[in-house]
Formats: sequence, C-alpha cells, structure tokens
Amino acid sequence: MNFKLKIWRQKNSKDKGRFVDYTIENVAEDTSFLEMLDILNEKLISNNEDPVAFDHDCREGICGTCSLHIDGRPHGPKPKVTACQLFMRTFKDGEQIIIEPWRAKSFPVIRDLITDRTAFERIIQAGGFISASTGSAPDGNAIPIPKADAEWSMDAAACIGCGACVAACKNASAMLFVSAKVAHLGKLPQGKVEAKKRVINMIAQMDKEGFGSCTNTYACEAECPKGISVANIAYLNREYLKAGLS
Amino acid sequence: MWDYVGMSRDEAGLKSAITEIRALREDFWKNVRVLGEGEELNQSLEKAGRVADFLELGELLASDALNRRESCGGHFREESQTEDNAAKRDDENFSYVSAWEYKGEGVEPELHKEELTFEHCKPSQRSYK
Ligand code: SF4
Ligand code: FES
Repeated sequence: MNFKLKIWRQKNSKDKGRFVDYTIENVAEDTSFLEMLDILNEKLISNNEDPVAFDHDCREGICGTCSLHIDGRPHGPKPKVTACQLFMRTFKDGEQIIIEPWRAKSFPVIRDLITDRTAFERIIQAGGFISASTGSAPDGNAIPIPKADAEWSMDAAACIGCGACVAACKNASAMLFVSAKVAHLGKLPQGKVEAKKRVINMIAQMDKEGFGSCTNTYACEAECPKGISVANIAYLNREYLKAGLS
Repeated sequence: MWDYVGMSRDEAGLKSAITEIRALREDFWKNVRVLGEGEELNQSLEKAGRVADFLELGELLASDALNRRESCGGHFREESQTEDNAAKRDDENFSYVSAWEYKGEGVEPELHKEELTFEHCKPSQRSYK
C-alpha cells in the first residue's frame, strides 16, 4: 500500500510548526500505524533527515502513551482503538493521511507529535490514589461489593490516561479522564474513605492545569479508545456536589 | 546472543560471541548515525544510547558466563553436566556472586567475588526424579 502523509513538524514548544508532506510506499496492510511511522523514520534517517518524534511504549493498547490525531480524530478512524492498535489496512491505498499531535492548551507540544501530558500526572498526584494501607489481598468474600459497583469500577479502571478525551473535546476538558479515576476508586469500599478529599483535590488540580469545562457534547466518549462512559462524568459531578455540601 | 549466550552455552561459543560483540561495537561507534542535537528532545540519540548500553551489557553477560565454568540455575555450561545431562554444580569453586568493575574502554573489567555462605540449607544438585 502507498500513502501520502501530511505530518505536523515542530522543533520545540516555541517553534510555530507546520505540516510537511511525505510519501510512503510498499507498506504491508498488516503494518501497524506506528510501524508505518517507524518505516518512514528509517527512510528519513537514511536520507539524513530528522525523524518524526512520536510517543509510544507498549504498542498493545494498554499504556496510553501513543497519542496521534489521525485525520482529525484522536487515535484515528476506528472506534475503541488506540493509535498503536490501528493497522494500515484500515486506510485506502493511495489515501492521504493527516497526522497531528493532541491539540490542547494544557498539553503543549514538546516536539513534532509529542505533547507534554504531565498535567494528567499532577491530577493523579492530587488525589487519584488510595493512601490507606489495605493490607494483603483479602479473602474474596470478606468485603461484600455489589456486582454493579464492581463492574462500574472495573470499567472505569480501563482508562489508560491517554488524553484522547481532552483532544476530542472542543473545550479541551479533562472531565472524562478525571471522572474515570474518581469512579474507579470511589465505587469501591477501600476508596470511599478518601472520596471527598480526592474529588475536591483532583478537580482543583484539573482547573489549575487549565483544562476546559464539560458542556456535555460526548465527543470524549465517542473517541475514548477504552469506551469510558460519560455516566462517569455525572458520577463525578454528584460526588463533587456531595463533597461541597458535607 | 541468541546463538551463543542462550540457556546452553560453552567456552568456544562464548568466546566467539565476545569477539563478535566487540566487532559490532566498533562498527557501531564508527558508523552510527544520530540526527538532531543534544540540546533538544532527541529520540534518535535516546535509541543510540540504548543500543550502546546493550552492546556493553551483552559483552558483560558473555564474559560472566565464560568465567562461571560450572552450571547452575538458568546458566547451563555444556562442559559441566552430569552423566544424564543435568546441570552440574561446582560449589567448591563457584560459590560466589560476581561483581564486575568497569575499568575503562578496552580494558578487561575486574572481577570482585562476593562469597556465598550457606548456614542451614546447602545448595545441591537439582533433581526432578
Ligand atoms: S477517559 Fe478514555 S480518552 Fe480519556 S484518558 Fe482515559 S482512556 Fe484516554
Ligand atoms: S503505545 Fe501503549 S497504548 Fe499505544
């Protein structure tokens, strides 16, 4: 397969950046999107040109590091798939593919397609944890947890912190991410103890980082590679309200 | 590494691995092409640094395996096996942990032995029979 690539190149956060056109030929259809970029980089290096910087780690959809805006959509055209799990057979032969970094004020571009997402880490540090010692693994039936709560928590825990929700949102809101963490921990008894402090601190940090507000467009849910539901945002709002009242 | 420094290794193989790694390393440092600069985020430089580390670590692994002429654990020296081809330990001579001290480029690293003493359980031949 052959492709025309339009890739965002930006030397550093101060550089204005621009699109650069590349062509890539003879790509096998089972090549992953990141492998395709690897092949392009090999070619660039052998021509003494600067390779395209992009983030990646696990390449199996679990770390949340890959972060490409492909043809105007975070993680590309396929629903519930990270960029690393996207294969070239998804695209049409000869097609043009536009590749950009996440676009959000709170995720400044470091270089080319790499953005600084440490804002998410700071939000986690503000409260996305359980500090009480929970001891070693308890007996399965020692703490009864309603099935629905366990499932909700597990589903929310699928969030890989990639930031696609922010990139998809016209307000660059981080509500889906924060709500996933708050629900993941808050739905279980071990996490309830610090629920109030957690939600207040995480939201305060989220606002401090400059993320926008949620206006219920649901673009985040549509683009989330892990299918995190916006019902978590409703849960987050309820928890926040409750924390303010008590 | 795959051919000579796998689970089962012998003196000749380990020696050729070391020779090959050294040649590879020389080639690497002569011909490596790293684009970009050191003062900015540079993934090429990061990768080259990793390859350089692996070349060093690979040689160290091979020399350590060469030094330990006994078989033990996941290290099977073909020269040291029992009659029924199980790993043959040599606790008389090899009851130590090896700590290799880097002595500079092109200089053999120095071996420091941290002796192992077993008070209650004594290491013995593993047997699944
Ligand atoms: S909620 Fe979804 S899109 Fe947002 S960070 Fe988590 S996994 Fe990524
Ligand atoms: S590289 Fe880990 S999720 Fe894509």
